[in-house]
This record gives sequence, structure tokens and C-alpha cells, in this order.
Amino acid sequence: MYTAEMRELSKKVEETRSQRIGINFPRMSPEDKIGVLNENHPDYSDKGFMYLKHGVNKGARVPNELGELLEAKSKLVNLEINLDKIDYDVDVLVIGGGGAGAAAALEANEKGAKVLITTKLRFGDANTMMAEGGIQAADKPDDSPAKHYLDVMGGGHYTNVPELASTLVKDAPSAIKWLNDLGVMFDKEKDGTMITNHGGGTSRKRMHSAADYSGAEIMRVMRDEVRNKEIEVLEFSPVIELLLDTDGKAAGAVICDLETKRNFVVRAKTVIMATGGAGRLHYQGFPTSNHYGATADGLVMGYRVGAELAFADTIQYHPTGVAYPSQIFGALVTEKVRSLGATPLNIHGEQFVYHLETRDVEASAIIRECNVKGNGIPTPTGGYGVWLDTPLIEMIHGEGTIEKKLPAMLRMYLKFDLDMRKKPILVYPTLHYQNGGLLIDKNGQTKIENLYVAGECAGGIHGTNRLMGNSLLDIIVFGRRAGIHAGENFKDIKIKDLTFDHVRKYHEDLENNEVESSQFSPMILPIYTHGREK
Amino acid sequence: MSEKKMIDVYIFGKKYTVPSSLTIMDSMEYAGYQLTKGCGCRSGFCGACSTIYRVKGDKELKIALACQTKVEDGMYFTQLPFFPGEKPLYNINEFEPAMDTMAKFYPEIYKCIGCNSCTNGCPQDLNVMQYIAHAQRGEFEKCAHESFDCVSCGICASRCPAGITHYNAALLARRLTGKYIVPETEHLKNKVQEIAAGEHDQSIEEIMGKNIEELKELYNTRDITK
Repeated sequence: MYTAEMRELSKKVEETRSQRIGINFPRMSPEDKIGVLNENHPDYSDKGFMYLKHGVNKGARVPNELGELLEAKSKLVNLEINLDKIDYDVDVLVIGGGGAGAAAALEANEKGAKVLITTKLRFGDANTMMAEGGIQAADKPDDSPAKHYLDVMGGGHYTNVPELASTLVKDAPSAIKWLNDLGVMFDKEKDGTMITNHGGGTSRKRMHSAADYSGAEIMRVMRDEVRNKEIEVLEFSPVIELLLDTDGKAAGAVICDLETKRNFVVRAKTVIMATGGAGRLHYQGFPTSNHYGATADGLVMGYRVGAELAFADTIQYHPTGVAYPSQIFGALVTEKVRSLGATPLNIHGEQFVYHLETRDVEASAIIRECNVKGNGIPTPTGGYGVWLDTPLIEMIHGEGTIEKKLPAMLRMYLKFDLDMRKKPILVYPTLHYQNGGLLIDKNGQTKIENLYVAGECAGGIHGTNRLMGNSLLDIIVFGRRAGIHAGENFKDIKIKDLTFDHVRKYHEDLENNEVESSQFSPMILPIYTHGREK
Repeated sequence: MSEKKMIDVYIFGKKYTVPSSLTIMDSMEYAGYQLTKGCGCRSGFCGACSTIYRVKGDKELKIALACQTKVEDGMYFTQLPFFPGEKPLYNINEFEPAMDTMAKFYPEIYKCIGCNSCTNGCPQDLNVMQYIAHAQRGEFEKCAHESFDCVSCGICASRCPAGITHYNAALLARRLTGKYIVPETEHLKNKVQEIAAGEHDQSIEEIMGKNIEELKELYNTRDITK
């Protein structure tokens, strides 16, 4: 329920609605976009960043919270584990049970590999499950991979690795087909035509969805398939360090059973890191739309074995996170809400930005409206937000559209007595995505031999900014590619003795560069106190 | 915080005083727990946080998702992080969805006694008993749509006297619908074939060959469909 003050302010939205409906707010010019980004985007100021003092990216800029973990010590600082006692011996070790991990595991299994998935929480508990809006693919007659490519590169400010961007768009239709053939229920017309929408920064309607449960639908189908194939899954068993062999090639990992705290050694011919992103590090104090497990573990462990980070200082702030009610503060309000026509408005009920700019521009414009122009709507917890005029959706597309196309959103708000069909909702940018990560090639390989990375943990595909619908796409495209490649590659691999030498070297490197830290990483899970004194 | 009213809740039977504005999940963390189970997306999508509760003075046991439910004064709650639900193995490529498909994999759905406990327990407000009725009749597509918003939290199965694993039966219905019942997508099939035949290679190579200034020009002048 809104407070009396908020109810009063929301009336302005209704007052201006008749003047706004049917009138398109102008898009920003390229110069204006640069201006609003420079002034407002959290990535564009040095505040909140540090420069790495050691490792393969020494001198590179990373968010403070990530840097602290990269400069922390290994949890295996005493290295007392017996590496001759192998607890699991497999061809392909997949670290992470989200979409990329599941896709990789299925393809590696298909190639005949013995696969082990190990995951921090339950299998399928991942950001994939929460991806609402959709998945891009240029499969309509008026669209093409080249058009998709241009959108991806423009959205990423031309920084994307071209080979990765082209692989993403070329594999996109077959990724959709693969999912469809597994039984994913995409939204379709009666004749089988995919129902597709625009996302921020797309030149064609190529966003495929499954209502606003797109990621959940994809994840639950892949999870079911992994179970059908009887691929072994260890739940509540995060990896706490990678293992190399004496040739310096990836060769396994040490996992920790969250319940018993026992450590286990996995020997693997190939390792696929699919641990996801970093949202739960709450860079610059932002709330996050991310899963509880998104703590950058893969970035930390990959860096420790010497894999290169790319674009680790570029974060995606989703323009529309929940600003109110406080119980779901930071939760995602899918971009599909704007795709369907809802527009952002300030305290005066005025629109101040076109509703489908790329995410970084849209988020920056909202931050400017609240923090620079002072046109935000105050929330009871001391923050600000802007209105998202959701009732417009029903006016444009007809009554019942929200219930049909945004059931998850509607349900989330109704649980807190807010009906988005009748009243606008209050939003503010939320930390949504790690644009960069460990640099890969088109088969998901890093420069560390036999170490693959897929999903949000990978870097280079999206450059410095990702478009909506390209993350569900990249987990499938690069998850599958890593799985296929690892599933073929393992046959020729002979593992030498397992070692912790890289961890020793890492600690030496910290010391030589005079880095002091009392912390240990990876983080595994965040600690929340909700206002209670620590 | 203007809403910082404190209330008493009982977590695994032990009393804690917490702000009334919190969800059940947040209140556990406020009390000092670091959650390793019964906690996932924190947004109502993953079904990890099924929680049983009762409010003091009320005899009825209720079930909810901890991340989506506010605490109440005098609430006793305990989390149910794992449901051992039945999941038969199948090969999705070896199917002809038929009347007896469900009977083959989930025969127990025909033991439903119509008690509606599943529906009453569903935190997503789904009509669970209805979608199981559709499944019994081989109406896979209806079952698929009726169950679409399921987060597989398992609360339905925990309450079912007939031992039905509703969420898994529904998943089978949805996969059969997505793969076999809904018509194939022609434009998708065509595009996949075009790409495999190399028809798009040239246009992609051409655009990959542009320098940044040329790309910028193309991007800033590209036509965007309404």
C-alpha cells in the first residue's frame, strides 16, 4: 500500500496521462547519451573503484568490493588437503548450476563425457531463474544476425570482442530451436509464429519470451533434462578453489560441503566455470536484482589461476528495480514492462526520457532525475524513485494484458497490496549484471588450458553494456559451446599431478606487491543484518 | 525508518524481536542467521524458501514463501528447504503425447481424492487440483497453461494425501506442450537452415570488417521497426 503522501503524488500521473498517451517521447541524440552517462552512471566516475596491485590484470580498474576479494587470501591458505586422495574423478567438471552450467553439462554429456555439476545452492537456483523479459534471436523474416550484431555492438559501445558478438548472434536461432525442442514453452501465435517484442536498444522485435517467467521456464526445463540424463549434481557444494596440474592446466577443484564443512577433491580433465555474476557484492551500496549466490566466486577463482579479466569495471544497473515497497527493494521490474509501453515519469507526472533507451542510458537518466534535478518521488525509507506508468499498458494493449503478459510482476506487487494495473509503480536503478568477466574465446576457453567459462562469469561478449535478452542467449550459446568443446577435448587429455602451486604463487604475488588483507575469498554467500547492528 | 515497529516472532521455536516491516526471510537474517538453505532468488521465482507458519492463537498451519511474506506478531515459523519429490526419468524425444502418458509416469495422479489441499497451499495461487484434473484427462496444453507460473516449491506435494508430485507432473505436461502440441515455428526453422547453409556469413563478415566510426554511423542511422 502506498502512503498517503505517495497516493497524493500519484494523482499527478493520472492528471498528465491524457496528454501523454499516444505521443512518443523523443529518443536521445548520441551526444546527449554520452552526457547523461558521464554525469550519472556509477561506472563513469572513479568513486567506488580501485586499481589492482597484482595478478594478470595488475593496474586494471575494478569495483572496490570485487578488488577486495581479488586481493584476499585463499580459503585454503594452509593447503592441508591431500591431493592424492581423489573424491570425484570426472571428464568435465561444471561449476555452477544455473543456465550456462546446465547447458554445458547437457552438451558435454551428449558427447559422451562423464560430467559432474557442483553448485553452491540448489541446482537451478541462479540468476537464470529470475530472468523475466526474454531471450533475443534474429529469426523473423525481417531480421538478420547482422542486424542483431549491430545492435549488440552499439549497445556495448563498440567495445565487445567482435568474434564473440558474431558467435552470439549467429548461434542465436539454433539456441532457441534447441530450447524449443527440449520443450520450452515460448509465447507463440496459434500458427507457431514466435511472439516477439522490442527490448531497449533493439532495432527489430526479436525478444522471445515465456510470459515473464522466461528464465524460469528455460531453467526448469534444462534442469529436468539434466535429471533425465542422470548427470550427477552436488548441491550446496560450492567450489572454493580451482586445481591445476603440474603443467599448469586446469585439472579440477576443491569443493566444500556447506552442511558438513568437509572439503572434497575433484579431478577433472576439463573444468567449466559457470558461477554467474557479482550483484550480491552490492557495488557502491546499490540494491540488487541478483540471486543470493551471485558473489563473483568464479571471477575470484579464475583470477587466482591466472585467467584474464575483461571489462570487470563495467556493471549493468537495470533502470527499473523496485524502489518501494521496502520488502522487495531492488527486485527486478522486467524491461518487458517498458517494452509493453509503460513510461517513466518524475514527481510532476512528466516523462523525462524515452522509455526504451539502452539500459545504461535509461538508468543514468533516472539517477539524474532523482539526484541532480531533484524530481524524484521520496520513499518512506529515505530513498527516491520515479513512477513507471504501468496502467498505460492496459490502455494501449487492452484490459487483461498485465495479467496475461506480466503475471509474475503483478503477483509480486499484489502480495504487498499494490495493483500495478491501476496504479503506477515506483522504480530506481538496481545492480543487475556483471557486463565483463573472465575473457573467453568463441568456444568458451580461457588462456588457462582446459579452463572454460560460460554465462555471466564470462567477459567480452557484451563489451561495456549488455542489451536485454542477450544474457539468456549467451548462457545457452556459450554454455553449449563450452560443453561441446570440453566434451570433445577431454578425450585427448592426460592429467598430471594436481597442485596448489598457483595458490602459493598468488599469495607470494600479494606479498611481493605489498597487498595486505585479512579477508578470505571466494565469498560464497553474503551476510545480511537488515539494520541490526553487526 | 518510519515503519520500524518491533514485533515478536518465533524462529524454530525461539523468540526474536524483529522490525515488522521485514519479510520472514529478512527476519531470520535480522535475528542473526546466515542462510545456506531455504534461500534462493529472494524474489519469488525459485521456490527455495517454503516455510510453515502459525500465528499465536490460531490453530491452522499455513505455508508461504519466506521471501514474499511479511512477518506478523506472534508468528511461529520453520523452513522446509527440501522436498523429496518423485521424478521419473524419460526421454523427451521418444514420445507421442497420448491419454496414457501421464498414467505411465505419474499413475498416482489418478488417486487424487479432490481434497484441494494442493490448491490451498499454493503460494502462487495456482489452481493446482484443476491442473492435475487436466493431466488426468490427457489435456496437456490446459495443464501446461494452468500450471505455467509454478515455482516448484513443493508445498503442494507436501500436503497431498495421494502422494502426487504435482509440480513434476505439470512440468512433463509443459514440455510435451512446448515440444509436440504447439505448432512448429516455420520462421525459426528457416533461419536456422539459412545460417547453417552460410547464407548470412557474408553480411556478418562485412559488418565485422567495419571500423568503429563506420559502425557508429551504421548504428546511429539504422532503421528501427515500430
